[in-house]
Amino acid sequence: MLPGWSNRLPPRHESPNESEMTPLTALLLRDMRIAVRVGGGALIGVLFFLVVVSVTPFAVGPDLTLLKRIGPAILWLAALLASLLALDRLFASDHEDGSLDLILTGSAPLELVAAAKGVAHWLTTALPLVVAAPLIALLLDLDGPAEAGLVLTLLVGTPALTFIGLIGAAIAVTLRRGGLLLAIIVLPLTVPVLIFGVAAANAAVAGPVPFGTPFTVLCALTLASLVIGPFAAAAALRLDME
Amino acid sequence: MRLIAVDLACRRGGRDVFSGVSFNVGAGELLAITGRNGAGKSSLLRIVAGLIRPVGGRLWLEGSDPEFGIAEQVHYLGHQDPVKPSLSVLENLQFWAAFFAGGAIKVHDALESVGLGAIATLPAGYLSAGQRRRLSIARLIAVKRPIWLLDEPTSTLDAAAQHRVAEFMRSHLNEGGLVLAATHSALGLSNIQELSLDRSVRSELHSDAAGMEQPAAAAP
Repeated sequence: MLPGWSNRLPPRHESPNESEMTPLTALLLRDMRIAVRVGGGALIGVLFFLVVVSVTPFAVGPDLTLLKRIGPAILWLAALLASLLALDRLFASDHEDGSLDLILTGSAPLELVAAAKGVAHWLTTALPLVVAAPLIALLLDLDGPAEAGLVLTLLVGTPALTFIGLIGAAIAVTLRRGGLLLAIIVLPLTVPVLIFGVAAANAAVAGPVPFGTPFTVLCALTLASLVIGPFAAAAALRLDME
Repeated sequence: MRLIAVDLACRRGGRDVFSGVSFNVGAGELLAITGRNGAGKSSLLRIVAGLIRPVGGRLWLEGSDPEFGIAEQVHYLGHQDPVKPSLSVLENLQFWAAFFAGGAIKVHDALESVGLGAIATLPAGYLSAGQRRRLSIARLIAVKRPIWLLDEPTSTLDAAAQHRVAEFMRSHLNEGGLVLAATHSALGLSNIQELSLDRSVRSELHSDAAGMEQPAAAAP
């Protein structure tokens, strides 16, 4: 045995789960692992969300009627900004260390790779935010049914934010300061989601518009971005690599 | 299995890097790609890996399953080591093994063979440059793919490790694999074809620096 290439540990058995994984599950789990470990972006998003929403009453003042009226809009804006936070690293970190090159030589189609990364990002950054929303809604004097409606709109609407953001993340991948460009590209595209998300949340909080109409449009926007996002992101990545 | 290229041309950033590059590599053969800095060694490997498109010429693979493209049969070992600092050494390798192959993969054996078995649970952020490179090389051992594209495989490695990499390449060649290696150092292997990119340079920029561009002068 050559020096430095020692053989100190006996080979262990692989766990069956690790060896049976498909490429996409492996990618999903890896991204989630990275996000929840030190230096990952998982908790940053939800903390940012909490901070933005909690400082709002200090800025607006302790007027409960006003807070109740603008509460859904504040929660939605905070969710939008929070979901943009970690997004610029989504493909850029893989591009910088050469992982993206290897991902391209894998057998998994790039569209599905982009979708898997989007799902991992949503699970680690947006889902905690949806879970934290009921707590934080208390600060804005929202009660039970209103809270439930609001959380439902966030649950349905945040995937759209993530998958629209996927496109921006793929476009900004080769840029050193991609984060700002990403916000400029992505924010205008999220306007429809914001409009119908806040409309549905407002309907749940205050009425008189029925909750169903804007909520259905929100669902449609999410479904459309789930389809378009991965394809557009994959196309942008292919252009980037040239 | 044969990897054949005819008249490949590459253009990067509006400049012709090389043109008229042809090679023919069969099973068990090693193609050593040489040339001065900027001659396009890395670009040629990236073209074979399907990461950039050549502006001219053809590249094809004979005698393999037509179901798979070239990109799905290559191991590309580039300048960078795709190692995530917050994952452990083992998790890094397990990810690539699962991403490329799935199935039963001897990840631990591959780690042992590059000498990282004892630190399998260490977060990869603590690895040195040489250890990161070994972790990348472990990927080639863990997952079988017939074509290895190695870009300066032994830079950052110590003498013993370089020797070991040559051994890996030799056993890969003996199993009928193909190796394309861009390298400055002699690899100590037999059965080498050499492809020098210096001859095929057609430069547009260098009317004033003609002395630098003499192919013979620049060849190592």
